[in-house]
Amino acid sequence: MASWLSSAAAFVSSLFSTSRQLNLNGVMGMNKRNGAYISRYNPRSKYPLVDDKLKTKIIAQQHGATVPILIGVIEHQAEVKRIHKLVQKWQSFVIKPARGSGGKGILVISAHNNGVYEKPSGQVITSKDVERHISNALAGLFSLGGKNDVAVIENLIKFDDVAFSGFSFEGVPDIRVIVFKGYPVMAMMRCSTAVSEGKANLHQGAVGVGLDLATGKAVRAVQFNQPITHHPDTGRLLSELVVPNWQALLELAASAWEMTGLGYMGTDMVLDKDEGPMVLELNARPGLTIQIANGEGLLPRLQNIERLATPIKYPEPAERVAYARQHFAAQPRL
Amino acid sequence: MPHEPGINEPSRLPFYVLILLLLIIGVALSVIRNQDYGVPWTPSESRQVWDIEARIEFTAVGGPVKVSFAVPNSQAGFTLVDNSASSAGYGLSYLNSRSSRRAQWSIRDARGAQTLYYKTQFLVDQYAQQKLSTAIPPLLQNLPTPTFGPAHKGAVAALSEQALKRSADNVTFTRELIKQLNDLDNQNAALMLNDFSKVEALTKLLAYAKIHSKTVGVIELEDGRRRQSIIPMIEVWEGDAWHLFNPESNEQNALNNVLVWDDSNVSLLDVIGGKNSKVSYSMIAQDITPISATKKKAAADSLLNFSIHSLPLEEQAMFKTIMLIPIGALIVVFIRILIGLKTSGTFMPVLIAVAFVQTQLLPGIIGFLLIVGTGLVIRGYLSKLNLLLVARISAVIIAVILIISVFTIVSFNMGLTQGLTITFFPMIILSWTIERMSILWEEEGAKEVLLQGGGSLFAAVLIYLAMTNPSIQHITFNFIGSQFIVLAAILLMGNYTGYRLLELKRFKSLAEG
Ligand SMILES: Nc1ncnc2c1ncn2[C@@H]1O[C@H](COP(=O)(O)OP(=O)(O)O)[C@@H](O)[C@H]1O
Ligand SMILES: [Mg+2]
Repeated sequence: MASWLSSAAAFVSSLFSTSRQLNLNGVMGMNKRNGAYISRYNPRSKYPLVDDKLKTKIIAQQHGATVPILIGVIEHQAEVKRIHKLVQKWQSFVIKPARGSGGKGILVISAHNNGVYEKPSGQVITSKDVERHISNALAGLFSLGGKNDVAVIENLIKFDDVAFSGFSFEGVPDIRVIVFKGYPVMAMMRCSTAVSEGKANLHQGAVGVGLDLATGKAVRAVQFNQPITHHPDTGRLLSELVVPNWQALLELAASAWEMTGLGYMGTDMVLDKDEGPMVLELNARPGLTIQIANGEGLLPRLQNIERLATPIKYPEPAERVAYARQHFAAQPRL
Repeated sequence: MPHEPGINEPSRLPFYVLILLLLIIGVALSVIRNQDYGVPWTPSESRQVWDIEARIEFTAVGGPVKVSFAVPNSQAGFTLVDNSASSAGYGLSYLNSRSSRRAQWSIRDARGAQTLYYKTQFLVDQYAQQKLSTAIPPLLQNLPTPTFGPAHKGAVAALSEQALKRSADNVTFTRELIKQLNDLDNQNAALMLNDFSKVEALTKLLAYAKIHSKTVGVIELEDGRRRQSIIPMIEVWEGDAWHLFNPESNEQNALNNVLVWDDSNVSLLDVIGGKNSKVSYSMIAQDITPISATKKKAAADSLLNFSIHSLPLEEQAMFKTIMLIPIGALIVVFIRILIGLKTSGTFMPVLIAVAFVQTQLLPGIIGFLLIVGTGLVIRGYLSKLNLLLVARISAVIIAVILIISVFTIVSFNMGLTQGLTITFFPMIILSWTIERMSILWEEEGAKEVLLQGGGSLFAAVLIYLAMTNPSIQHITFNFIGSQFIVLAAILLMGNYTGYRLLELKRFKSLAEG
């Protein structure tokens, strides 16, 4: 009885010391994110801009950002069969629900021929399967609140396979940059693995590689919250990862502040082989795993930005990126 | 340039003031319920009601009959909650005078043995007060001056003198008199009791000392007693109330089991047109839950009463569940904000828990797993059919209804009546749960389904345990104020920005110094 009590007490005190240590390291929890950043810096009225990928695409284009080419939009059930004609001239494409999130409802087709569609994994599906996927998306199955939705069909990004070969398995790696009041504060690359089935979703087993804001070089890599050194499928040494075009990519991410007016956001970027950095989507409620991938808490950086005085003329994206690269540099730990 | 939100952060002060206000309102309302309405804090304090029946028997001589009977009212320690009279063929009316109530039966023609019944129900209630109307101070000129024969004069003087010496006020004076009257060795007392009953003797002695008193008829409450007759006792005026004394006993503090039936000081029963009249009483006590006790009191109270108990029974039953929903919400908020457990659908666990309340826990869990499991299998087949979502959900709903019917019929035929309650599950919600879980399965694998399904079930069981806890049921149903406190707690938790319990594990690798 007494030993049971004392081990329970030891457990509780270890919880408290973990909590204290996390706090010291500036690790941000979900409640803090929601209460102190999202609800404070993200005006609700701006949400529709980022919750709808179609709208995001349009405003991003208006602000001169590159985005994956829009092949078409399917809005009504009656148009579902149009998909086959729509993609005729495109060798590979992606179907996504405009209001989806977390990779839900994203269908990547790497090749198709006469109503036979092929996924990046080599799995073949029929035209009926594609139609069903679209009508599910229209009915709101993948979308916030289950509301009716539209299906966005866009060109498949050809990711930079020179810079990234061996870092991602059967999927486009994307780069997540947390942008706070227009300043990039933390970044990571998400590389799909066999376990994650070609999706760059970390909780499904994708590899998260923390990136040094100063250089775009890998800092640390994790899979399932555990540090790793090599890509589990390709065996590639992850410390060799360097994102090219780093300044341009960060500037594009930083400019999302001007596009949306959201104070705290996650920008998902991809590096296209030909067209360079592109905005894939913007997120008003970005996840917290980026801290694990970087081995650092977000709070010190966020507070650094919060402490900055607001000049009459707000700094341009390039100035903000320069500030971030100077102040948020990291020591590689791989 | 986008404007800069977050610069003019409103002060948190009004928020905390609001929470404080809610807490104060909640506590105040609850204390008022407890103090003024006598609602106890815990459900275990069960309370008693006495059903007392007076049976009036007489022989009618033929011709018109008029019966006037003193009936009791609320008094210190007892609240009258119900009364009724039954008497075939008699007309009944009540006469309420300032100091007493009487029931009056009348009939044009009656002959032979007659029986009339008068039933009352009293709630044992420590908060009940003597009715103000019966506590009117008596007038000095109404005090009769007793006359004593020469044989008694000396005894009266001696008894009074000794009582006066040993007393401080009317109450203690009366007590001393009773002590002497009950003293078998007291010569003076024996002299008085030769000619008078103790009640008569006491009345005369009190009048001699210029103290107001009256004879009242009481009944001693004893569970299951029948054919009891009324006992005369004395009430003495002291200060601003009447105090009851039993002239037969020196122990005056054991009077809480005594109900004053007749304090009219006139007569208990008057029968015109009959003879051989007598009254007898029978009584039973029953322990009731505080809820019905409060209900009875609320019904009896003429005060404006903002209580659920003033609603008809059916609405009350509904509110019983409704008042528990905030507790469910509180637990969901706790689980999500403080623990960080995922549930499928924010408040789905609350609805499942409400269903568990009807089905009981184990049959509920088994039923839930059976329905969702079978539903997932059927949904797996439906997904091959290429249906539109709305049609598919509708098909799942019908499948769920069929599953429920089959389980009900099978379990009924196997003699398991518990199976019947499975119909309480919210079918539409279950269908959506099945649909969501099925997608989750396809997209994220069985593990995530087990995780979220398990989380929801865990939350539902917790909520069920809270909702079926007698203390929680008692508090939420009887104290509206508790809802304000729950609201304050939910608002406070919404303000918590610390780590969730599960995040401590998630961020463990970041906790190294
Ligand atoms: N046009 C595209 N070309 C190639 N891959 C894409 C494309 N769009 C999305 N993806 C893949 O799907 C993932 C999720 O897409 P995203 O647009 O961010 O939607 P979500 O809101 O569901 O995260 C991306 O990380 C990427 O791996
Ligand atoms: Mg994304």
